[in-house]
Amino acid sequence: MTNQNSTGLNLAAQDIASGHEGGVVDQVKAYFARVKNGEMGALPATGALLVLTALFSYLSPYFLTKLNFANLFVQAAQLTTLAIALVFVLLLAEIDLSAGVAAGVAMDVFYLTTTFGVPWPIGLVSALLVGVVLGFVLGFFVAKIGVPSFVITLAFFLGLQGVALILLGDGGLFRVEVPEVRAIMNDNLPVWGGWLLLAIVLLVSGGMGLYDRYRRTASGLVNRPLSLLLIKLAFMAVVGGGVVYVLNLNRSASVKEISGVPIVIPIVLLIIFLGTFLLDRTKFGRHLYAVGGNPEAARRAGIKVVRIRITAFMITSSLAVVAGLFHVSRIGVVEAAAGRTIVLSGVAAAVVGGVSLFGGRGRLIHAALGAMVISIIDNGLGLLGLSAGISFVVTGTVLALAATVDAVSRKRSGGIRRS
Amino acid sequence: MSNPVIELRDVKKSFGPVEVLKGVNLKVYAGQVTALVGDNGAGKSTLIKGLSGVQPYDSGTVLFDGQEVDIHDPIQASQLGIEVVYQDLALCENLDIVQNMFLGREELLQKTLDEPSMELQATKALQSLSVRTVKSVRQKVSSLSGGQRQTVAIARSVLRNAKLVILDEPTAALGVAQTEQVLNLVQRLADSGVAVLIISHNLADVFKVCDDISVLYLGRMVTQIETTETTQNDVVGYITGTKSVED
Repeated sequence: MTNQNSTGLNLAAQDIASGHEGGVVDQVKAYFARVKNGEMGALPATGALLVLTALFSYLSPYFLTKLNFANLFVQAAQLTTLAIALVFVLLLAEIDLSAGVAAGVAMDVFYLTTTFGVPWPIGLVSALLVGVVLGFVLGFFVAKIGVPSFVITLAFFLGLQGVALILLGDGGLFRVEVPEVRAIMNDNLPVWGGWLLLAIVLLVSGGMGLYDRYRRTASGLVNRPLSLLLIKLAFMAVVGGGVVYVLNLNRSASVKEISGVPIVIPIVLLIIFLGTFLLDRTKFGRHLYAVGGNPEAARRAGIKVVRIRITAFMITSSLAVVAGLFHVSRIGVVEAAAGRTIVLSGVAAAVVGGVSLFGGRGRLIHAALGAMVISIIDNGLGLLGLSAGISFVVTGTVLALAATVDAVSRKRSGGIRRS
Repeated sequence: MSNPVIELRDVKKSFGPVEVLKGVNLKVYAGQVTALVGDNGAGKSTLIKGLSGVQPYDSGTVLFDGQEVDIHDPIQASQLGIEVVYQDLALCENLDIVQNMFLGREELLQKTLDEPSMELQATKALQSLSVRTVKSVRQKVSSLSGGQRQTVAIARSVLRNAKLVILDEPTAALGVAQTEQVLNLVQRLADSGVAVLIISHNLADVFKVCDDISVLYLGRMVTQIETTETTQNDVVGYITGTKSVED
């Protein structure tokens, strides 16, 4: 074997790169090379966000108003949380069709317990426990017994609708009288709170970036250019600053002022942060991706595949309950029919954002971006006064398109053999 | 010659009435490449599965570094320092090279993944094998060629400080250039003091890289002979049963 470096990178004979080499330009080139190979990541969703925002701003005078801007974020919060929840099972190439109704049933339990005088935090814990238990049972059926997740979660989707009816009696809406829960989607942080939130986000991102660089340097490894981190932080500061600024303006049409970042936003950001930390920096996260990529390889490496699968289903159901909590907070009532349709939007959001249905590929932030895309479509078409029918057709088309892109890019990244 | 890393004495294995291994002897030495050849059904896979602990032998003695051992599960085999690189490689395409090399053995720092340490060790393991075809250790395995994947799988065993590496048909799916790369890699692996056992159907490869050749024929070890003392024609004879050591 002679020294055939199959790549353009100029390396000394003994050096193997780590992808951290080179200046900003090299890094950008490497990024586009990955995109070309089918690792598109957040690119399609980000593009769609920009195009849709431009389109709806042009078509509707109401789209870019302060009130609608805040509305969009609040509307997207619930879908974002559900999409994030679903990522954990999608990474295993599984699906949980029952996540929406499971959240509905859990919130029925919340309603019943709090109505009978149980303090709301205990009610909330009970609701989350319902999610944990349902997730465990689903995971057990899928991982231990081997029932396809599509079938067992469809069974739960139907069965839990029945449970909701039994719990709440026949039909109707039931008011949830818990101010703390109502506040999540309806109240806002004070003006300074929004800026504090932005500062915390920037500090945490910057701090973690610097810590990682420090660790690499201490091990004698090459770092990406520092300017890359600074550009990323500057980008976050500008976009985040813009969002906080607009949300801090008075968006009320009446005398009573409404301003500030909705309380739900820091909660969603915290969920994204913790979930991403779990997936990217812990053994569990690594093993989850491994099981999603090649279960047999994971098993041979000594990973407890069954345990990973069951845990993923438990996380999905529990986070879905949080999404259900947001829903109840917004509309203020529980009903037996809750959560029936939203789960498919959640799957759509994740896939549109770039989470692969074939497992092993995707990040939480992708699901969040996808949820923004779906929410903007929903919101924008609503403002144009088009019927709900059109909205469904468009969302369905977008999902079909995203799934196609997913399948094609998977072929591309898996099919090419270069030496 | 020094003591063998692994020695099998009169190893037997049956599946129901079918006796697959009928008393097999085998010695594999450190720093040497030993070939295990034989026609389909000769018992190669069964022999390997016994060594890797997947399917323990029924009877016979297994000596590891001169000590008698009873290998009854894969984890124990791995702890002894026996690593098997299967034909299908068992890599996760969605993970990068470092992540694959440390799969199931991730190193932690304060309960989170210690990426710099793993990246450094993976790089060193690849460098110790003089691997030059891999662009970046943070490349996803999906972007690697068959030969590069084989390289990663072999380097993984180096990382685990294996004393005996068993390669199952390492060149079966590879083109000419990549076969050459992998054979060189196998040579360097042996040069670093590891005992290597290769299962192969390709006698040209076997003669190129192996120090000695063991031939299984219908569950019996026909011969274990140094490569320099035999010819391809003779080995074919041993494999097909038209030639025996007495001839």
